[in-house]
Amino acid sequence: MQVPAPFDYVRATSVANALELLERHGPEARVIAGGHSLLPMMKLRLARPDWIIDINDVAELHALTEEPDELRVGALTRHAELLDSDVVGRLFPIIHDAERVIADPVVRNRGTIGGSLGQADPAEDLTTVCDVLHARIVIASPGGERVVDMADFHRGPYETACEQHELITEIRFPVRPRAGSAYEKVERRVGDWAVAAAGAALWMAEDGTVADATIGLTALGLEGPAVEAAAVLIGERPSEDLFAEAADLAAAASSPIEDQRGPVDYKRHLAAELTRRVLGRALDRAAHPAVA
Amino acid sequence: MTTVEERPAREANPSATAADRPIGFGRIQRKEDPRFVRGKGNYLDDIVLPGMLHGAILRSPMAHGRIVSIDTTEALAHPKVHAVITGTDLEGLNLAWAPTLSADVQAVLATDKVRFQGQEVAFVVAEDRYSARDALELIDVEYEQLDPVIDVRRALDPGAPVVRTDLEGRTDNHIFDWEAGDAAETDAVFAAADVVVKQEMVYPRVHPAPMETCGAIADYEPIDGKLTLYETTQAPHAHRTLFAMVAGIPEHKIRVISPDIGGGFGNKVGIYPGYILAVVGSIVTGKPVKWVEDRSENLMSTSFARDYIMTGEVAATRDGKILAVRTNVLADHGAFNATAQPTKYPAGFFHIFTGSYDLQAAHCKVTGVYTNKAPGGVAYACSFRVTEAVYLVERMVDVLASELGMDPVELRLKNFIKPEQFPYANKTGWEYDSGDYEPTMRLAMQIAGYEDLRREQAEKRARGELMGIGISFFTETVGAGPRKHMDIVGLGMADGAEVRVHPTGKAVVRLSVQSQGQGHETTFAQIVAEELGIPPEDIDVVHGDTDNTPFGLGTYGSRSTPVSGAAVALTSRKVRDKARLIAAAMLETRPEDLEWEKGRWFVKGDPGAGKTIAEIALGAHGTVALPEGVDGNLDAEVTYDPPNLTFPFGAYICVVDIDKGTGKVHVRRFVAVDDCGTRINPMIIEGQIHGGLADGVGMALMEFIGFDEDGNCLGGSFMDYLIPTAMEVPDWETGHTVTPSPHHPIGAKGIGESATVGSPPAVVNAVVDALAPFGLTHMDMPCTPARVWEAMQGRPTPPI
Ligand SMILES: Cc1cc2nc3c(=O)[nH]c(=O)nc-3n(C[C@H](O)[C@H](O)[C@H](O)COP(=O)(O)OP(=O)(O)OC[C@H]3O[C@@H](n4cnc5c(N)ncnc54)[C@H](O)[C@@H]3O)c2cc1C
Repeated sequence: MQVPAPFDYVRATSVANALELLERHGPEARVIAGGHSLLPMMKLRLARPDWIIDINDVAELHALTEEPDELRVGALTRHAELLDSDVVGRLFPIIHDAERVIADPVVRNRGTIGGSLGQADPAEDLTTVCDVLHARIVIASPGGERVVDMADFHRGPYETACEQHELITEIRFPVRPRAGSAYEKVERRVGDWAVAAAGAALWMAEDGTVADATIGLTALGLEGPAVEAAAVLIGERPSEDLFAEAADLAAAASSPIEDQRGPVDYKRHLAAELTRRVLGRALDRAAHPAVA
Repeated sequence: MTTVEERPAREANPSATAADRPIGFGRIQRKEDPRFVRGKGNYLDDIVLPGMLHGAILRSPMAHGRIVSIDTTEALAHPKVHAVITGTDLEGLNLAWAPTLSADVQAVLATDKVRFQGQEVAFVVAEDRYSARDALELIDVEYEQLDPVIDVRRALDPGAPVVRTDLEGRTDNHIFDWEAGDAAETDAVFAAADVVVKQEMVYPRVHPAPMETCGAIADYEPIDGKLTLYETTQAPHAHRTLFAMVAGIPEHKIRVISPDIGGGFGNKVGIYPGYILAVVGSIVTGKPVKWVEDRSENLMSTSFARDYIMTGEVAATRDGKILAVRTNVLADHGAFNATAQPTKYPAGFFHIFTGSYDLQAAHCKVTGVYTNKAPGGVAYACSFRVTEAVYLVERMVDVLASELGMDPVELRLKNFIKPEQFPYANKTGWEYDSGDYEPTMRLAMQIAGYEDLRREQAEKRARGELMGIGISFFTETVGAGPRKHMDIVGLGMADGAEVRVHPTGKAVVRLSVQSQGQGHETTFAQIVAEELGIPPEDIDVVHGDTDNTPFGLGTYGSRSTPVSGAAVALTSRKVRDKARLIAAAMLETRPEDLEWEKGRWFVKGDPGAGKTIAEIALGAHGTVALPEGVDGNLDAEVTYDPPNLTFPFGAYICVVDIDKGTGKVHVRRFVAVDDCGTRINPMIIEGQIHGGLADGVGMALMEFIGFDEDGNCLGGSFMDYLIPTAMEVPDWETGHTVTPSPHHPIGAKGIGESATVGSPPAVVNAVVDALAPFGLTHMDMPCTPARVWEAMQGRPTPPI
């Protein structure tokens, strides 16, 4: 059994209380949500917080609300809850695609969307999904609340706009008509982190051209969406050639590194292959939306 | 004689009612399972002794380095620390180095150098596990980093760093050269052959990765000098003897207890430094000391498996008659030669690489070398390197099939040893006991629908889709082994068994072997039941405690049923013979006038006049006037020295689909037809096969311990060392044939490792078959998406 270094533990009762505890226990205090990123690091003694502030009792972080123009997801929403939600599946099939391949049921039962975004692992899937869906992140701090978009929130591997004394409280996904989205990941085994993954969303115009599009890549060394790749789609009528062109641009925008999961050229090939696949599936879903 | 049976349909639970429960062989639920499924198993880490302290090991951060100094002052000052032990302390006790199972020595704690990342450097004993781990960080070790030997192909280069500077006069990393077969004869056949194919292949370093990691609790009682040692061990008796030899504690003062074991697969055969350190810790502190390694320690420092680079060659005629096989192997043994195998065989039973084929000649040469990697080597359900041998020959046969443009099944059928050739003396010194290969192969084809699969494949290929069908037909050699040929550190590979029938007719059987999940408590009860007619639930199986069981060498290499199972059958027969004498006295007749039916002796021609085993047992312990020379019990004991090994075999067919765009391999179907001779409990056999097949799929597709060029282990956690889940394996389709072993008392051959041995080549052959449109004839394991994609690009790169 791997055992962590000594630490103290406290349970927060509300967002305000959590913020207060963070302030009281200083810079070596860490929030714990599902614990599936933080605890492994603590056991390996790569993380050594003095204080653990457990937010699992904070009910206000644990809600899923459908508004006419957006879906609000509390930071403490578990992977499994996103996967179980019909509303999520109907509005954002990309989330279900991704959740199906995040870890395993044990991890999904505890791990949270707030923790995933907060951890910002370079192979983490929901950051890409949030990029693709233009999600906005609500951050609470002692001075009040602010809403940032993903471009401002996600600053790179293990780095976000949420400061150590702050809390992610909610993720907001805008709802727009004639949308389709999809995610596909290659993993060496079920439950493995991505060798590479791609996500895409398409919003169609009434005339059947692409009104708006985003493409995101996971574990491929690209921060933020593949903007140039998505740009070639806009205003165009979808076709295999068009998607192939976008896929090649996405691959060109990637800068993967070689590791045990594969060499650079393979990963770059996957960037194109997976982008092509998710664009096809997103288009299909935009054309045949799931009924409520 | 082979009997071919249809694949049994999924049956309803046959042990639901007592009336259906066979008294003897048959499908019964495992007696041990109620305690496991209710969470009442008793594993090493469940054991808590009064006053017990906890140990933790400081390990080397680098692959090769000289120890300049070790400062333990701060660790010793930790308020909860009771002792800190270093290599220097052990030198004082003459325990810094311990003999390995391969006539080498291994550092218990490093004194001069560290030789692999994760090697044991210091041991802390503290009041709890947390403090022990905290104190490790307070030990200050200064190292001088040395160049490591990581690439095994470079290990014998002149000028390569020398790993074993501790061994007197050692100037290189060479451990041994070992040969089997006749080189000249083989070369002559090759020189005259129409067709010769050659292929280099890597069987990567993998790890048994049992669910329960290794550990020990040592409880040394200073007043009477008795050591009770709880250990995760597959071989409690061998461990006791070795501890007596190494630590100088008299053997009768040592009791080794191996509680429930959460998987072994060979990982728990050897004696690890941690076990010895727990003992030293207990002697030094005067308290029981528990040491349990964590997952990374298990993966990085305990016995790995395989790590063979094999060059295979096959000589054949144009029409597909295989004439000879030869192979050269470079074997990476890591920093210490600590493989566990019979003394005479430094490459284990690798010389079974002639497989299931009738050859004119065969030869192998194996060269073992040291590198700066963890020691070990024979582990992971491999039957002493039969895994490597089967992989070599079954891969080579496919390479030949593709060279000849022949169907791989047809090529195998053409070359099988024929039933009338058994017992068959192969070209490397084995005598195969029995076999009838063709019906087994044909049954597998029938279950798979082989012709239809080939048709489907042709259609898919025409559409550009990648589907592959892989065959493997293996012959194992298990049940080591005859004492005239086989010993481990001088101990003959025999096993004892003891049966006692209690006065009320219930029984206890005591074994020298130790289950790690194989179901011994059920299988061995069924053997006694079959022989004596006592219901299995009335038979207690005792194992894993040297104070309560007869001596024997333990469970590995699929030897429990072939060796210990034979011992139990023969012991039961001794009891039966004795029961006859007592029954005759009770019935006032002559023993030769009695006839046996399961569970009772009766008077020939008068079935009503008889005595059951229970009645006889009561008679034996009661007041019956016993015949001359018969003492008043119904007990017996046997130590079984097997006359030969047993040779289980099987035909495996794997079907894969490969995603051309991503390289991802999907194992769609897997058909396994096994022949392990007499089948004691088909359900347990199937369980062993299911587990072994999953292991095999794991090795073929994902398992691999890699190292970077500095010797950092890249497989030190389950994030990096991947083992398959239920999602990666198909619904297994099993079938069987029965060709009993002629020399085994009940004809059983052993099944523990068949599937692990036989399945990797079936999967790899299927992957290579799927990739044939790319002109591929070989790729090395593991067939990860990236490596498969690279193979499609014409870069089937070896995995090191
Ligand atoms: C075996 C395994 C496999 C996995 N595979 C995948 C995978 O394939 N893909 C994938 O995307 N993820 C994977 N994960 C990660 C998993 O999804 C984690 O649950 C997730 O990354 C973190 O969520 P958590 O709630 O567990 O966070 P925690 O571990 O509790 O916290 C992670 C970090 O976020 C911070 N944090 C948590 N909540 C908040 C908040 N509300 N506000 C501010 N900071 C916060 C914590 O302080 C900590 O620094 C895997 C994990 C495991 C153990």
